[in-house]
Amino acid sequence: MSAALRVLSAGPGVTVQDAGRQSYMRFGVTPAGPMDFGAFAAALQAAGEPQGAAVEVSLGGLELAAEHGEIGIAVAGGAFDVRLDGSLLPPSCALTLAPGARLSLRAGPSGAWAYVAPCGRFDLPLVLGSLATHTRARLGGFFGRGLEAGDRLALLGARAGPSAPMAIDAPWLAPPPGKIRVLLGPQADFFAPETIAAFLAAPWRLSPRSDRMAYRLEGPPLAHLSGHDIVSDGLTFGAIQVPGDGAPLVLMADRQPTGGYPKIAHVIGADLGALAQKRAGEVVRFAEASWEEAVTARRWRAELIGRGASLTPLSRREFSSEFLLSQNLISGAVSAQAPAQAAGQNDCD
Amino acid sequence: MLYAKPRYLDAGEAALSVEFGDSVDPAINARVLALDAALRAAALAGVEETVPSYRALLVLYEPLTLSRETLVSTIEALVAMSAAALAPKARWRIPCCYEPPLAEDIGEAAAALGLSPQRLADVHARGDYRAYMYGFAPGWCYLGGLAEALNIPRRATPRGPTPPGAVLIGGGLTLIAAGSMPTGWRVIGRTPERLFALDREPPLLIEPGDAIRFEPIDPAGFAALEARAARGEVVARREALS
Repeated sequence: MSAALRVLSAGPGVTVQDAGRQSYMRFGVTPAGPMDFGAFAAALQAAGEPQGAAVEVSLGGLELAAEHGEIGIAVAGGAFDVRLDGSLLPPSCALTLAPGARLSLRAGPSGAWAYVAPCGRFDLPLVLGSLATHTRARLGGFFGRGLEAGDRLALLGARAGPSAPMAIDAPWLAPPPGKIRVLLGPQADFFAPETIAAFLAAPWRLSPRSDRMAYRLEGPPLAHLSGHDIVSDGLTFGAIQVPGDGAPLVLMADRQPTGGYPKIAHVIGADLGALAQKRAGEVVRFAEASWEEAVTARRWRAELIGRGASLTPLSRREFSSEFLLSQNLISGAVSAQAPAQAAGQNDCD
Repeated sequence: MLYAKPRYLDAGEAALSVEFGDSVDPAINARVLALDAALRAAALAGVEETVPSYRALLVLYEPLTLSRETLVSTIEALVAMSAAALAPKARWRIPCCYEPPLAEDIGEAAAALGLSPQRLADVHARGDYRAYMYGFAPGWCYLGGLAEALNIPRRATPRGPTPPGAVLIGGGLTLIAAGSMPTGWRVIGRTPERLFALDREPPLLIEPGDAIRFEPIDPAGFAALEARAARGEVVARREALS
């Protein structure tokens, strides 16, 4: 029997994702893929599977065990509480899971998504060329659904990882600058200049009704100059739509391929992961970027990711709960509503 | 209204929306689809995906590989060459049953339009449609060419879910819905054809730009074709158009 990962427990919204389903938006198919591409890429690189797939872990958490052999695992993402048989590890780490050992991820001090990448490939069928899960359409990944206790993820070409847990060094995982940068438009002309100024000045609070489809923002309602309907057109990851109620929503990995509300702005590619890692209740502020700034930030980030992640022995690090806290001093508490971010609640048309 | 010149609008730094107009209009959509076909044929390195919609083509691209200037100048050249509307490559004949209970809203829609249900079905089945775009969910195909007599607003509040294969009208358009979802459109018929079926090759049948006609069938015909479709057969008929 081939090596496999057994799911011991999984919160809602834990899914298998690859880089996303390309070329089918024209047929109404959502790309899906990881919410935080940078963290996803770090986990895959550390697992030695740069073109592979990972389990995306929501705030609902995940517990895994290995079956039929040792399996190397790389974990990267938000500051989750990661433990191997109860021993705390850094939130981004590589390890070997021996049969009988238990890896657990739980919501930690900050961050909303983490990625668990095995050294090996998931033995799952490609759907329209991709392993990405889109749960609303029951498409891809593990039978089109989130993982549940008891599920068995068989692996092909599984191999062990480092003999002792290592920390992953991936400079692009460093906490990003405070504000999320946006490019205005293409329908910024649906809003008065003072409305755009209010959009850029307001502290927005991420609504508990946020999920993989869209992050809803609570704050001062944004008034449209005349009407809130446009002729429906294509939507990218990071498009900020303003529907009739004036509460902006940022379209995320599981967005519909098309939509009919004006898009006041788009989050620049380099800052999508930072936004994705925000939790319900956290404050989001936007800053206007120029097109050149957006491309420069994109290039810088692509170069960092291109240089790759490296592994550092844990003994060389002062690794303790203080270390964990030092990774993020902003939000100490885990929201009781945390798993809402994982469940689907944004069906609309 | 068709713009005198297309508008090039950035949707973030890695996507360009090429807008040809500001309304749902066959002439505008034909320009969108002509550019989509030309850009796909050009296979420009750095273009990752194109998403045609009623009045705009969204081009997803990698600006670190393909500069915005090169993309825009390439599109401008393609637009100049593809100014003539693109003729449909294929016509699909989609079987459709317009009888309740399969056509669950046809009575209500007919009453709202001041028609008999039979008249509504006749007018819909006589239409010559074109696939404008997909949207909302996999295999949800939006068609232009609906007779003005069938122009009915969407419900204020979505209702549903619709049955798979529902043929709907709303907001001056008609729609074939592959899967079940809540919607504010009215179900006036149902096709046994599966517009999106992963267990069949190809999973998707209709290309944006294809011509569409509906062929009325009765409930017995529906049941027979539905059984064949469930076995993996394509029960709609495709005619190649030159």
